[in-house]
Amino acid sequence: MSNDARTQTEDAYLALQSTSEFQALRKKFRGFVFPMTALFLAWYFLYVLLSIFAPSFMGQQVGKPGITVGLLFGLGQFVSTFAITIIYARWANKQLDPMAEAVSAQMTASDPKES
Amino acid sequence: MALALPLAESTAVGTPILNIAIFASFVVITLVIVIRVSAGKKTAEQYYTAAGAFTGRQNGVAIAGDYLSAASFLGIAGAIALQGYDGFLYSIGFLVAWLVALLLVAELMRNTGRFTMADVLSYRLRQRPVRIATAISVLTVSFFYLLAQMAGAGGLVSLLLGIQGEMAQNLVIVLVGGIMITYVLIGGMKGTTWVQIIKALLLIAGTAVITLMVLGKFSFSFSSLFQAAADNSPAGDKLFEPGLKYGKTLTTKIDFISLSMALVLGTAGLPHVLQRFYTVPTSKQARKSVEWAIWLIGGFYLLTLVVGYGAAALVGPKAILAAPGKVNSAAPLLAYDLGGSLLLGIISGIAFATILAVVAGLTITTSATFAHDLYKEVFKRGNTTQDQELKVARRASVVIGGIAILGGILAKNQNIAFLVALAFAVAASANLPTILYSLFWKGFNTRGALWSIYGGLSSSILLIIFSPVVSGKPPLVEGGPSPSMITNAAIDFHLFPLDNPGLISIPLAFFLGWLGSVTSKEHNAQKYAEMEVRSLTGHGVAEAVNH
Repeated sequence: MSNDARTQTEDAYLALQSTSEFQALRKKFRGFVFPMTALFLAWYFLYVLLSIFAPSFMGQQVGKPGITVGLLFGLGQFVSTFAITIIYARWANKQLDPMAEAVSAQMTASDPKES
Repeated sequence: MALALPLAESTAVGTPILNIAIFASFVVITLVIVIRVSAGKKTAEQYYTAAGAFTGRQNGVAIAGDYLSAASFLGIAGAIALQGYDGFLYSIGFLVAWLVALLLVAELMRNTGRFTMADVLSYRLRQRPVRIATAISVLTVSFFYLLAQMAGAGGLVSLLLGIQGEMAQNLVIVLVGGIMITYVLIGGMKGTTWVQIIKALLLIAGTAVITLMVLGKFSFSFSSLFQAAADNSPAGDKLFEPGLKYGKTLTTKIDFISLSMALVLGTAGLPHVLQRFYTVPTSKQARKSVEWAIWLIGGFYLLTLVVGYGAAALVGPKAILAAPGKVNSAAPLLAYDLGGSLLLGIISGIAFATILAVVAGLTITTSATFAHDLYKEVFKRGNTTQDQELKVARRASVVIGGIAILGGILAKNQNIAFLVALAFAVAASANLPTILYSLFWKGFNTRGALWSIYGGLSSSILLIIFSPVVSGKPPLVEGGPSPSMITNAAIDFHLFPLDNPGLISIPLAFFLGWLGSVTSKEHNAQKYAEMEVRSLTGHGVAEAVNH
């Protein structure tokens, strides 16, 4: 992307990066997405590993024919994916966006060239 | 029991003329729409990304249209029909993968890039070497994905149009490819996006209709549907247990772990998926795109569960395997069983539209890589006009279309869900580590990127070449030739036991990215600050970056 020698702006980025507001934004974002990623990956691989190494457990019939523990686990993956999507979107819209906008506004204010 | 499948015996189902008529009307209607939405002068930016003019919701539907490829629709339905639970596992990996895109990739990519994946990867690293490496990787991944789609086209054609001769089938693949190139040249990303939106809506609606009809046949009782599927399958109740495809030996089990890794980590590294995030104006809209995509894709995979078991119950594994197109023909055969020639015609029309739309999206992404990354940034070192760049992009589209056609002819009988899985493995190995490192790791640098991209790419490709996918699988127990690409059992050079390379190549690429970075002193603190601030705040996204 832009390779222009906009040293002033780049310095402004460096300055902004070290502000406590930006560090807080970064911490907040990572503090949410990293644990959430670890969680859904662990849940997914639990399902995969159980399917492979505990097939008789996953193949157990629950009630009616065809409804197995594994099927319920699989449907659980759908439920968790939908749930994480809703939770993240709400959190990001309500909590992350206002913070990001505030930091971005700070940058714009400090550099009249940017609009 | 040996099933002999001489091609001469396979007859088309339905009325070929009706199928052709429905397909032709799809082509005409979508072509009119493409022409209408893409009037006016075009810039390279419009060609690649529709200049970010779509809304999050529109883009979300288009992503679903792009992602629910022939592999999902035909491949997964077929895999569930034949392998039950193990087929269902595919769709779960394909869905959960979207969380990687949602949480880690989509918004940050939108905020830092503009035209191609390489924009982001080369942002704070040395431009030329990183752009070249990324371009090579984009071209490779897209080639595998293209191959899968075109292979699907071949199988479908033979089933639907009653075309049996090799030459005639090839001719139809040429025709499909030709139409796709026309779409891309006329419509660019804007036209292609609309085709994907229309196709997604039709596909989901069509699948919902089949689902309802299947459930109706079993008086809306899942257990009687499952029971009928088991009764009709040689596997019986084993259909609902894990292991039919992957549980045979320790090797197949480990192979499945490898596949699962590739599926869940591959999506966020697919260039044509990433390209879609540039078609919206802001990161908020990119987030919204992924939200919509997850709902639509998840909903669709739930439907394929019913479609797959419905095909097992009503069509039966034997008839599916006997049809031209084999496992990929489960869904069309089910449509024929339920709604006769008309429903079959509609479903096959949708399947064709699917292939067209996905191939068109891939072609645009690949041509953007050629024209923007290789021609403009690397070859011309940024000194070129928009018009020249656009001209190169269009020419590249035609060449890529030609390659797709050729590949489709060669890969006609491969299982497409499986070919797509290989594309995911290469994407997860060559692209994703560098994407994540460059977005999240301060210490990442050019050497790390190059080692990771080239290491991930070459290890995954080499492992595929020396895997049983290419040579050395024994002939099927049920009869028929070896499922390897080289069917001649005498030629066997496989050295690596797994079908999917992900288990080795993905961790290797992450490791190489780390190793390369810590052994090189390069670090551009200013660019890192710029990238990080932009990626998190969206600062400067709206600003025109013409350089």
